[in-house]
Order: sequence, then structure tokens, then C-alpha cells
Amino acid sequence: MKRPNARPPSRIIDRIRAFELRGLGAIGRGRNFPYLLLGIGLILFPILDPDSSHVNVAADAGHWILLALGLNIVVGYAGLLDLGYAAFFAIGSYAFAILASGQFNIHISFWVLLIASAFIAALFGVLLGAPTLRLRGDYLAIVTLGFGEIVPRVFRNASPITGGVNGIIGVDQPHLPPILGWNGNFGFNPVPYYYLILIILGVSIWLINNLRNSRLGRAWMAIREDEVAAAATGINTVTTKLLAFALGASFSGFAGTYYASKLFVVVPESFSFQAVSVVVLVMVVLGGMGNMRGVIVGAILIYFIQTYLLIQLPGWIDSAISALNIGFLTKLDISGYVQRSNYLIFGIILAGIMLLRPQGLIPSAQRKVELELGTSEEAVADLGSA
Amino acid sequence: MKFFVQQLTFGLTNGAIYALIALGYTMVYGIIELINFAHGDIFTVGGFFGLTVIGLIGLDRAPAALLVPGLVLVFAVAMGLNGLLGVVIERVAYRPLRNAPRLAPLITAVGMSFVLEGILFLIKGPNQISYPNLLPSGSVNLGFASMSLAAILIVVIAVALMVALSQFIRRTRIGRAMRATAQDRDAARLMGININRTIATTFFIGSALAAAGGIIYGFYFQTIAFDVGFRAGLIAFTAAVFGGIGNVVGASIGGFIIGIIIAMVSGYFQGGQQWSDVVVFSILILTLVFRPTGLLGMRVPEK
Repeated sequence: MKRPNARPPSRIIDRIRAFELRGLGAIGRGRNFPYLLLGIGLILFPILDPDSSHVNVAADAGHWILLALGLNIVVGYAGLLDLGYAAFFAIGSYAFAILASGQFNIHISFWVLLIASAFIAALFGVLLGAPTLRLRGDYLAIVTLGFGEIVPRVFRNASPITGGVNGIIGVDQPHLPPILGWNGNFGFNPVPYYYLILIILGVSIWLINNLRNSRLGRAWMAIREDEVAAAATGINTVTTKLLAFALGASFSGFAGTYYASKLFVVVPESFSFQAVSVVVLVMVVLGGMGNMRGVIVGAILIYFIQTYLLIQLPGWIDSAISALNIGFLTKLDISGYVQRSNYLIFGIILAGIMLLRPQGLIPSAQRKVELELGTSEEAVADLGSA
Repeated sequence: MKFFVQQLTFGLTNGAIYALIALGYTMVYGIIELINFAHGDIFTVGGFFGLTVIGLIGLDRAPAALLVPGLVLVFAVAMGLNGLLGVVIERVAYRPLRNAPRLAPLITAVGMSFVLEGILFLIKGPNQISYPNLLPSGSVNLGFASMSLAAILIVVIAVALMVALSQFIRRTRIGRAMRATAQDRDAARLMGININRTIATTFFIGSALAAAGGIIYGFYFQTIAFDVGFRAGLIAFTAAVFGGIGNVVGASIGGFIIGIIIAMVSGYFQGGQQWSDVVVFSILILTLVFRPTGLLGMRVPEK
């Protein structure tokens, strides 16, 4: 197939390219200075803030960002709704935990498995995707949902291999050769994990950014906007979608390895639909499907709400109520309600964003161009219309 | 043989519940091609509506003579309330997105599912809540084995509702409007059919049937919790797909078949109970891969 044919056939693409070129010019004028500052800030953070629990929180947030970035490839770029992303995360985690723990006394190096489990997760992405990606968009969503339910159950039931309900305890930690007076053992020290996830994230962002602008990335977006038209321009839609699936899954493989070794244990309960698949989907949708910056902000925001706000808020409310000393308020269990409103908040975010601001908090620049130039209104949130 | 009949009974009763939920999925999909993800939770809410009505009229302490009219009242009120809930959800979450890309309403549906679960979680808490069993406790002797009266009653209620539904769709004006809307919305509108009202009616009926399923679930398992609808909904959706999505008879048959499969896998295989969900969801994937139209399904054109 000739090269120009691989591009989406719409005039809008020219405008998008013009927009991107303007963006590139802006980088030359120092527009990425804030990012440089942010990068330096992130590198210095563990030194400036000696409270290791803060570093730990940041290191934990990292694998959620990674998951959101991976899902964004599938949902945001290619427009395939994946409701079972937790399955690939679970596969990555268990692949590492089985091959690097006392479970079978196999102890393969973390660094080898970091890559290997990404491949294993991608392989399962292909295995699931190959027969199902030709299905209509909403059927695919259900297939992935079914897969997301099957995988944790298999891990829970196959106890001779996976340790069953109790999971695998005593997963290996990464080691490095000793440098600068540090013995190179990660152990339970959050600081090296923080730097590790920072590096993984940096590489991933660079990689995904290049992918998005590559021929493959443009093909994903063409399929997202109009699958029939994309196919008509010579894009092999099945292979292209399959690659989105596999690459998206591979990032959850990275995340799974990191998660398992940092947490020291894997249990099947931590990979349920409610615990992972929906949370990551909310991150992507809230931030803005198809926009990496948006997705990262969405991931951090949701992580903050889940691990800080929802845990701290009841205490604040309790102390505020007792400070005000209003009788009837102390009788109502307001803090208890807040504590238990996790589901409700997620639901409202998901439904509310789709209804009020379908482009998310930080919409993707390309979709913004589409909006401003207004070729068609429905293209704005057109994910997987076929 | 006795064990087989016992498992078959279990499968049929479960299947009746799944079928009642599956009808809602299949009707909504048939008319607006939306997988109403919140439907499983609508089922749970329906069960809780029933529990509330039972508590309000004190049916669990009522004399036996009042049981039958009481039950009719419980079903009627809970089904009506739940129908209204379905209509409200459609109005708030799905109608504004009716012409949006397909996945937009699907994501709001996932959101509504979490909203419903969240509200139930806030009000009812995380624990199992006990449900009175108001169905008769005797059993019927079939000669070679005995079947519990409650199970027979459940299947009879469910089948009666299914027959009523299919007659409603086939014979009434609204039913004809529903079929027309499902076939071609624009053409139906040109024929003077009120599309919004027809779709709202579909949601009302689907949600009302789910409430009946929820109450039966409560009676049969004598317990209910805020999140039972997630798994039940997923299994019922499998049943709807297996039977052929968009097809009311298919959903009913699919529900019973899936119920029986679960019962047989649980009963006849070592550790089968743990694996039954894996089997069901594998059936879902395999059906979609090899026969997306299901047993009796219509052919859904691409786009």
C-alpha cells in the first residue's frame, strides 16, 4: 500500500498537522520550559521532602498513571472500550510473582521480567483480541469485561500455581549493583521505587508520544473516527486494533511487575472490576480520552481522591462537626457516609463527564481542533462508532 | 437421580431469575442498541424495593390468608417503582446521548451502575441483608424425586411474566410501536410513533421485570446485598447474548439454559462452584466469537 493512503482521508488531518506543526514551533520558543521545571522537581522531590511516606504515595501513584497511559492507547487512541483492563494487569503481576518468588523457588531477575511480563501481557492481549476485535464496539466491551472477570477467578481457583485466595507472598524485590554508598537493594525503601517508576513513566511517555504521531498512531485515530473510512483508505483495521490491544496490555504488564514487587504480595482480590478496571477507565475518561497530559492528571486526581481525600475527609468532617458542636449533626453519621461514597463518586464522575464534558478535563488537542473547525459535531467524542 | 433433580430445580429457579433480568437487557438492546450496564443494579434495587414494601406492610408477620394479596401488592409496587427508576435513568443518562457515538452511553451506563451501587451501599451498607422467604415451603412428589413447591412457583411466576410480555409485544399497540422503533427509528417516527415514550416504556417494562427477578432472588436465597446485581447482571447478559440479543424468547430460554449449566457445573464437578462463573463468561466470549447472533438472534448489521 502506498504511504499516503494509510492516512485518514479527511481534510481535517491537514488542519491537525498544521496544528501540530504550530505546536512544534512553540516548543522551540521554550514552551516546554514548565515541563523541564516539573521534571527537575520530580527528580528532587525525595530529597526535598524527607517524609518517606509521601515518596511512597508518589511511587504508588506511578503505577496507576502507567495503567491509565496504557488504557488510553486502547480507549483514547484506538477507540476500543476495554472493560477488562485489570486482566492484563493481573497477568503481568502474576507472571512476575510466579517467576520471582518462593512459590516455585524460581528467582528470575526483576529487570528481565519487567520486559518479559510486558510481553506476556501483550501476548494475552493478542490471544483475546485476535478472535474478538472484529466484533462491534459494544460487544467488544462485554468480551473484555468477561475476560476481566475470568482471569482473577482463574488465579483465585488455580491454587497449586497461584496460591489461591491467599495469593503469593514473598515476591522478589529488584536489585542493582551497589552505587554511591547505596547497597542496591530496593527492599521496602520507597525512594528507589519512586525513581524506578519515574524512569519507566518517562520512557513510556516518550514512547507513547512517538507512537501516537507515528503511522500506527494515526491509523488508530482514523479507526476511532471512522472505521469504515479507515478501512477504505487501506488500513488493515484488525491488525491495527490488535496492536493497540497488545501495546495497551504491555504497559499493564510493566505496571503489574512493578506493583507486585513493590507490594511484596499478589492476591486475586486486588484485580477485580471495581478495584482496577473501572478505576483506570475513570482516570482516562475524566482526564480526557486520547490526551496523555489529561490522562496523567486524571490518574493523579483519582488516586488522590481515593487514597487521600476519601480517607482524610471523614476525619475533617468529624472534627469540624465537633468544633461547631451542633447537636443533630453529630448524630448523623456524615463522615461514615463520605467514607463509603467511593462507588458513588466514581459513578457520578463517569456519567457526569460523558454527559457534560465528554472530552474530559483536558481534551485532546486534535479533538479540540475538530471542535473549533467544526467539521462534524459528533466526531468530537466519536470512539469506536463501528 | 435425586441429586440430578435437585440440581435441575436449582438451575431452573436460578435460570428464572437470570431470564427475568436478561429480558431487560435484550429489550433495551433491541430498541436502542445499548448494553444497559446499570441493569444488574436495577435488579438489586428492585429486590430492595420489594424488601421495603414487605417491611412497610408487615407481610412477613401477616396471617396466611393475606399472603397472596400481599405478595401481589409487593410485586406490583416494587415493579412499578423500579420501572419508574428505569425510566428516570433513561431520561437522565441515555436520552441526551441517543445520537452520540455508541460508546458514550455505554460509559454513562457503567457510571449509572456505580451510582446505583453507591447509593445502595450508602443506605444499606456492605453486608448481606436477610430477606424473608414468603414462598410456601412444601414439596411436590414426582414419584422418582421431589421438587420444592417454592421452585415450581418461581418458575411458574417467571414463565407467566414472560408469556405476558411476549403477548404484550406481539398484540398491543405499544408492543407494535416497540417493534417498529426497534426496526427503524426514523421510519417509526414518520408513522407517528412517539419514540421517546416507546423507549421509556421499554425501560419501564425491563426494569419492572428486573424487580420481579430481584424479589424472587430475595425469597429464594433469603439474603440480598448491594452488589449482587453485578454478577447476576453479567450472567443474565450472557444469557441474553446466548439466546440471541434483541430476542425476547431467546433471552428467556438463554436464562434457563445458563441457570441449568451453572447448576450442573457446580453440582457435578469437583470444585465446580468456583469455576461456574469462569464457565459462564467463557460461554459469553465463545458465543460472541462464533455465533454473535446467539441461538435465536436476529442479524445485527455492522453499523
